[in-house]
Amino acid sequence: MNLPLITPLGRIVISIAKILGSFIFFLGTALKVLFTERVNLPQLLLHMKQIGVDSFTIIFLTGLSAGLALALQTNIGFSRFGIEEFIGTVVALGLTRELGPVLTGLMVTGRAGSAIAAEIGTMSITEQIDALRTLCINPFQYLIVPRILAGIMILPFLTIFSMICGIAGGYIYCVYLMGQNPESYISGIQQFVELKDIVGGLIKSSVFGLILTWVGTYNGYRTLGGARGVGIATTRSVVVASILILIANYFLSSFLNETGIS
Amino acid sequence: MIKIRHLKKTFDGVHYITNDLSLDIPTGQMTCIIGRSGEGKSVLLKQILGLIKPTSGHIYIDDVDITALDAKGMQDIFKKCGYVFQFAALLDSLTVLENIGLSLLEQGMSLEAIQPIVEEKLTQVNLIPRDVLHKYPSELSGGMRKRVGLARTLMSNPSTILYDEPTTGLDPLTARVVHELMYSKQKQLQITSVVVSHDVEIFKYVDNIALLYQGSIKFFGDAATIWESDNPYVYQFIRGLSEGPIQVETTREYK
Repeated sequence: MNLPLITPLGRIVISIAKILGSFIFFLGTALKVLFTERVNLPQLLLHMKQIGVDSFTIIFLTGLSAGLALALQTNIGFSRFGIEEFIGTVVALGLTRELGPVLTGLMVTGRAGSAIAAEIGTMSITEQIDALRTLCINPFQYLIVPRILAGIMILPFLTIFSMICGIAGGYIYCVYLMGQNPESYISGIQQFVELKDIVGGLIKSSVFGLILTWVGTYNGYRTLGGARGVGIATTRSVVVASILILIANYFLSSFLNETGIS
Repeated sequence: MIKIRHLKKTFDGVHYITNDLSLDIPTGQMTCIIGRSGEGKSVLLKQILGLIKPTSGHIYIDDVDITALDAKGMQDIFKKCGYVFQFAALLDSLTVLENIGLSLLEQGMSLEAIQPIVEEKLTQVNLIPRDVLHKYPSELSGGMRKRVGLARTLMSNPSTILYDEPTTGLDPLTARVVHELMYSKQKQLQITSVVVSHDVEIFKYVDNIALLYQGSIKFFGDAATIWESDNPYVYQFIRGLSEGPIQVETTREYK
């Protein structure tokens, strides 16, 4: 055994364990505050607006273009077998079960997750978080919990909006560009898409809301240094949250499928 | 009284920012902590208020060891000790009214109810309420920001105020206004004040001076006689001399 390798390997393992520990401890602290302290309602509503309402335009554009592209690709495949009437079903299933929640999670991470990390990071390096503590205001109650709660609560609404925009995009492609019968598009969706498909997507989106706000607030809160530190925290929060969303998506899909929820 | 006993602080386990530091800060007086840049004065100030946990040692505020307190216990300390941050640390997204009244807003009071209290505090720091009340921190000058920061601290009627370099970045005239304001508040309200500063002009306004060097207090004495002090650290520091017990790394480059 090559002994000199053990020390650096051990250091890496310890540093990973430290980061993971502090990441989980951060959420634990937020949960403790959530269940033991009053929820700051004005801050919660403010962040629901910032994370949710302010993201409607990008969700509309991404949902619509995803629906258009999915309908186009599906049409290329299905026309070879002469089953174009099922395009609507595939578009709706794809959007409700996968694309809607994942695209919404990723887009909101890019827009709001980065803003959360940058804002809290700037507050951290300019001593605004210390100032809150000296004013007897719990920074978790004032800054962290409202953002995490807002993410969990608002992402399902954005996801429903994304699903509607995507299905509308598929409709535009099939009906107006391909000349398909509108009733056939809609009846395919009504016939094969079940409520549990939508519920599964909404559960996923809530988890993605938790991930993107948790990662954003954690990286912001732990920011060190000056403007460079804020930049690093912002980039890291987008990259980590995006990867975690994609990984969580697989495990959630598998779990929801096996438990019969979706 | 604030008592500091055998205080040690290290971030990396090797270099000690404060190293076995002990100090008594008298009640109702203004004490200034001086020392070179990077000597750990702000870290010491943050340890006094529990914003940074010491590695070892004890800090007693009114005979309560704050190093043993949990977050709930610290709230009582924050209620009686205010902290004025170096760059005021006002929340960017809130107006002056909201910033100063934030603690009351969080207790459920309305903006209308807190406005008269905030206006009174702004007047105490020589600001005209109607001129600044609805402005954001980015719309204020450096001196105004510092005074708003002080007004926010005064909201809880603290018995102790810690000032972290209150005149950094201010021109001499504005710095004098801030010094006089601190002095008048201290005399008027009999507040125990601890000031971290590089500015020798502050010696006119404070009662005691403590010199921090290499993690411990090398001098503590009366500010009125500081210029007559024969303490070698004080003698070198207040005159800005390169020769003396305080090591000045850049001396060689400028010779």
